[in-house]
Amino acid sequence: MKKLIFEISQPGRSAFSLPPTLIKEQPLENYLPKELIRKESAPLPEVSEVDVIRHFTHLSQRNFGVDQGFYPLGSCTMKYNPKINEDIARLNGFVNVHPYQPYNTTQGALKALYHLELLLCEITGMDQMTLQPAAGAHGEMAGLMMIKAYHEAKSDHKRTKIICPDSAHGTNPASAAISGFDVVTVHSNDKGLVDINDLKELMDDQVAGLMLTNPNTLGLFEEEIMEIATIVHEKGGLLYYDGANANAILGKVRPGDMGFDVVHLNLHKTFSTPHGGGGPGSGPVGVKKELIPYLPIPIVKENNNEFYLSYNHPLTIGKIRSFYGNFSVLIKAYAYILTMGNKGLKEVSENAVLNANYVMSQIKDDFIVPFGTSCMHEFVLSGQLQKEKGASTLDMAKRLLDYGYHPPTIYFPLIVKEAMMIEPTETEGKETLDEFIKVMKDIVAEVDKNQSLVHNAPHTTVVKRLDEVMAARKPIVKYTP
Amino acid sequence: MARYIPNTNEQQVEMLHAIGVKNIEQLFDIIPKAVKFNGLLNIPGGLTEMEIIKYFSSLANLNKTTDDYICFLGAGAYDHYVPSVIDHMLSRQEFYTSYTPYQPEISQGMLQAIFEYQTMICQLTSMDACNASMYDGPTALAEACVMAYSTQKRKNKILLLDSIHPEAKQVVSTYLQYRDVDIVQTTLETLVDDIDENTACLCVQTPNYYGQVEKLKELGEAIHKVKGLLVVYTDPISLGILQPPGDFGADIVVGEGQVLGNPLAYGGPYLGFFAVTGKLVRKMPGRIVGQTVDTEGKRAFVLTLQAREQHIRREKATSNICSNQSLNALAATIYLSVIGKKGIKDIAKRCLVNAHYTYEQLIDTGLFEKVSDKPFFKEFVVKCKANVSKINDHLIENGFLGGYDLGDGLWLVAVTEKRTKEEIDLFVKVAGEVV
Amino acid sequence: MNLVPGLLYSKEHEWVKVEGNDAYVGITNYAQLQLGDIVYVEIPEVDDNIKKGEVLCTVESVKTAADVFSPLSGIITKVNEELDDEPEKVNEQPYEAWLAVITMSDLTQLDELLDEKAYAKYCEEEE
Repeated sequence: MKKLIFEISQPGRSAFSLPPTLIKEQPLENYLPKELIRKESAPLPEVSEVDVIRHFTHLSQRNFGVDQGFYPLGSCTMKYNPKINEDIARLNGFVNVHPYQPYNTTQGALKALYHLELLLCEITGMDQMTLQPAAGAHGEMAGLMMIKAYHEAKSDHKRTKIICPDSAHGTNPASAAISGFDVVTVHSNDKGLVDINDLKELMDDQVAGLMLTNPNTLGLFEEEIMEIATIVHEKGGLLYYDGANANAILGKVRPGDMGFDVVHLNLHKTFSTPHGGGGPGSGPVGVKKELIPYLPIPIVKENNNEFYLSYNHPLTIGKIRSFYGNFSVLIKAYAYILTMGNKGLKEVSENAVLNANYVMSQIKDDFIVPFGTSCMHEFVLSGQLQKEKGASTLDMAKRLLDYGYHPPTIYFPLIVKEAMMIEPTETEGKETLDEFIKVMKDIVAEVDKNQSLVHNAPHTTVVKRLDEVMAARKPIVKYTP
Repeated sequence: MARYIPNTNEQQVEMLHAIGVKNIEQLFDIIPKAVKFNGLLNIPGGLTEMEIIKYFSSLANLNKTTDDYICFLGAGAYDHYVPSVIDHMLSRQEFYTSYTPYQPEISQGMLQAIFEYQTMICQLTSMDACNASMYDGPTALAEACVMAYSTQKRKNKILLLDSIHPEAKQVVSTYLQYRDVDIVQTTLETLVDDIDENTACLCVQTPNYYGQVEKLKELGEAIHKVKGLLVVYTDPISLGILQPPGDFGADIVVGEGQVLGNPLAYGGPYLGFFAVTGKLVRKMPGRIVGQTVDTEGKRAFVLTLQAREQHIRREKATSNICSNQSLNALAATIYLSVIGKKGIKDIAKRCLVNAHYTYEQLIDTGLFEKVSDKPFFKEFVVKCKANVSKINDHLIENGFLGGYDLGDGLWLVAVTEKRTKEEIDLFVKVAGEVV
Repeated sequence: MNLVPGLLYSKEHEWVKVEGNDAYVGITNYAQLQLGDIVYVEIPEVDDNIKKGEVLCTVESVKTAADVFSPLSGIITKVNEELDDEPEKVNEQPYEAWLAVITMSDLTQLDELLDEKAYAKYCEEEE
């Protein structure tokens, strides 16, 4: 068992000291009313610097990152995070800049933001971008609010609904709800694509828009996208593109050309910025020109090669966060795009799709493939065959841990039983894929021959499977001595 | 092939053969011809690492930094010292290249770190539970309002004290603009009249936008009388010396965590913290780490109470948040470990003392006037006899980042523990040179 | 199928036990088996006016949350606060672990509920 930092604390120990001061310090009571002064110190740890370093180093050793091994986590695009981008984001001129400094002292930062916006517009086929959203879901909220504002500005107040496919990421309906919409679900057909007839029936003058990810969460391209766009647009709705799966389409097809009116990107997926164990991400949103007036403020502008922030936009949805976005994440993505260039970005989607199809072709006979015979950047298997033999998808996922892999996304999308969603990304080479394919086949064989090995997996990790019921029934969410 | 893509041309051919297609283009045939993008995007060709570092260094050099200027600018982002240890730990790939810890067996490191983070925020704020982080302070405040509104069926009014950071107030308005809720700005004088049975929550910032410390006790009593929630937006550094909001009846405590070991970084990424009383824990937005045991009885940590979240509850989730600011929360955890029980008091006190010294020196020049007698922490407002933007321009020319211009001759000056007597004396002297 | 005679059932898998104008409402054994280990019951509020078909409360397991739809209209006059501490009772004794007592405003709604035989048949068809 790894001790908590509080459990290695020793009274009187410290890893920090302030320099001496020449200002005469008086007792706190001379500055503040007594009743506002803290009576009992916060019981923060008391540790030395070595304690801190060892503690967090040990913690890091109990964590699994992309640099360690293959991470085929579907819809998460766990590609390699280039090191040079980390160095660049840590340049003093980017790190130690206050967001309220005068513009003439932040031209480098503003120029970077301005150029990144232009590049992302070109990549997505949109007319303008905001870089402010802190994550994909935040971008969804901003995008949906712009859709709302667009209809409201036309005095079209009856559009209270957003349509989401049953295969959609959970954030889609959640974002629609927090933006004040009711959520309507459109079903998938037997090919795993949006059921056009269902959509036609749902689409009326109360629908503000349709949220779609293309390729969808099954890794399938919505081939009838043009018809979908027509159905939605004809009834006055707008089309929202969830960019979670944009790694499949870089340089191959642009959401703007497919008829989407609003697009968000996940820079921490498609554009290689690290996931940071859950964040920070960045979720820029691009819009077609009809929606430009509603973009969140501020907007980066240029005048005679001088860059500044513009706040005076009367129709804006408003401010969606402090300052201007997750700046250092944006810098990393900007560096990535310039590194890859137009040819490189095309190679990204080509190899992402090639890798996914290759893995799919090699293991499809060992599992059930519920939809399609080929895929885009990811594909979904069902573990039903193995489940019937007694080993669930969860069991197989946990067994993958023993082989040194991060498991695929499991039990998602919800429309596939025992789902396993595999996204290799382009930053893996054939040898890595071949090893993974072999391991998947080995695990399938274990289900037949040595099932307890799979059932009781993982065996090699620092902890075994956890009691999640206990954690949720009587939550312990902080340490008490 | 681009340098992050390992497949060789030979391997591509082998793979295509195994798949049973002739070329890569065939894999994209599914895309309708009418929309397919042919040719190359209108963006530059790829750059080598040497070119990239050169370009970005030139961009970075166009910015001036808090190394070039001595910083007295705050207004929501602060120039506190960031100990060296933090970035060394954040740079460990096991942390920064990992995904959200949904696979607990290989994510105990991040899970335990977040559990420690949650504990430390609870210790500082005197609250029972804390989530794994929000995007930033203002969005945390907005989510607190959403939570207060959506968990109390019959209440649809949100009261914001006008001394809250304007950007935070704007974010609250944005988040709730399409809900059936009234957002009312109030003052300490008018709030008694504004609080009624419909009030879901009363939001107060302390130290407020102007650096002043608010008295929470009365506010808590007033809002609790109508069964609304007291939402407190606070600066965690101040809690080294200020009585924590939890001791004054706060139901939700949120704030900007940038000050805990995160650099200014031109506004982000920062983190919002979000802490609540025990009875509200299942209403919270965002991820929460809980303690449990594994099959062998070993203590372990896991994401818990997930039925609140978007990936399970979809449109009925307490929030749409998914990615948060984990790595920034890790920075905060390491920061609070480094400075520890004594350091947080020392840093808070140094800020307090420095700010008061600066204030008195400015007043003593006779060129700056008091505007309030309220107690303040590390930031304060003075009225300038000279033009504020002229003062700030003159300061920049002399190597200082001056305070935030509030308009009407009001100047918001922030003084952290990094400032020395010498720096402050010079700052006051230079500021006083403008008439 | 584990059922209790004398109770009434809804197609949403709630059971109802009538005592005069009061109805005890809980979820059936079938429902709790579908949900798995229940970790939390969001207890309804006393004095709330509820209409048939509205969400009475929510029952959570680790990976799902299910809304319990009120099988009857009326006023919630009592809630089972024991479930706050021991949600597992819904798994262990589903027909003891009532969620709320609704003082009914429309007794004819009882006619729309199923008896145990009809409910058992309904569940079989669901499978």
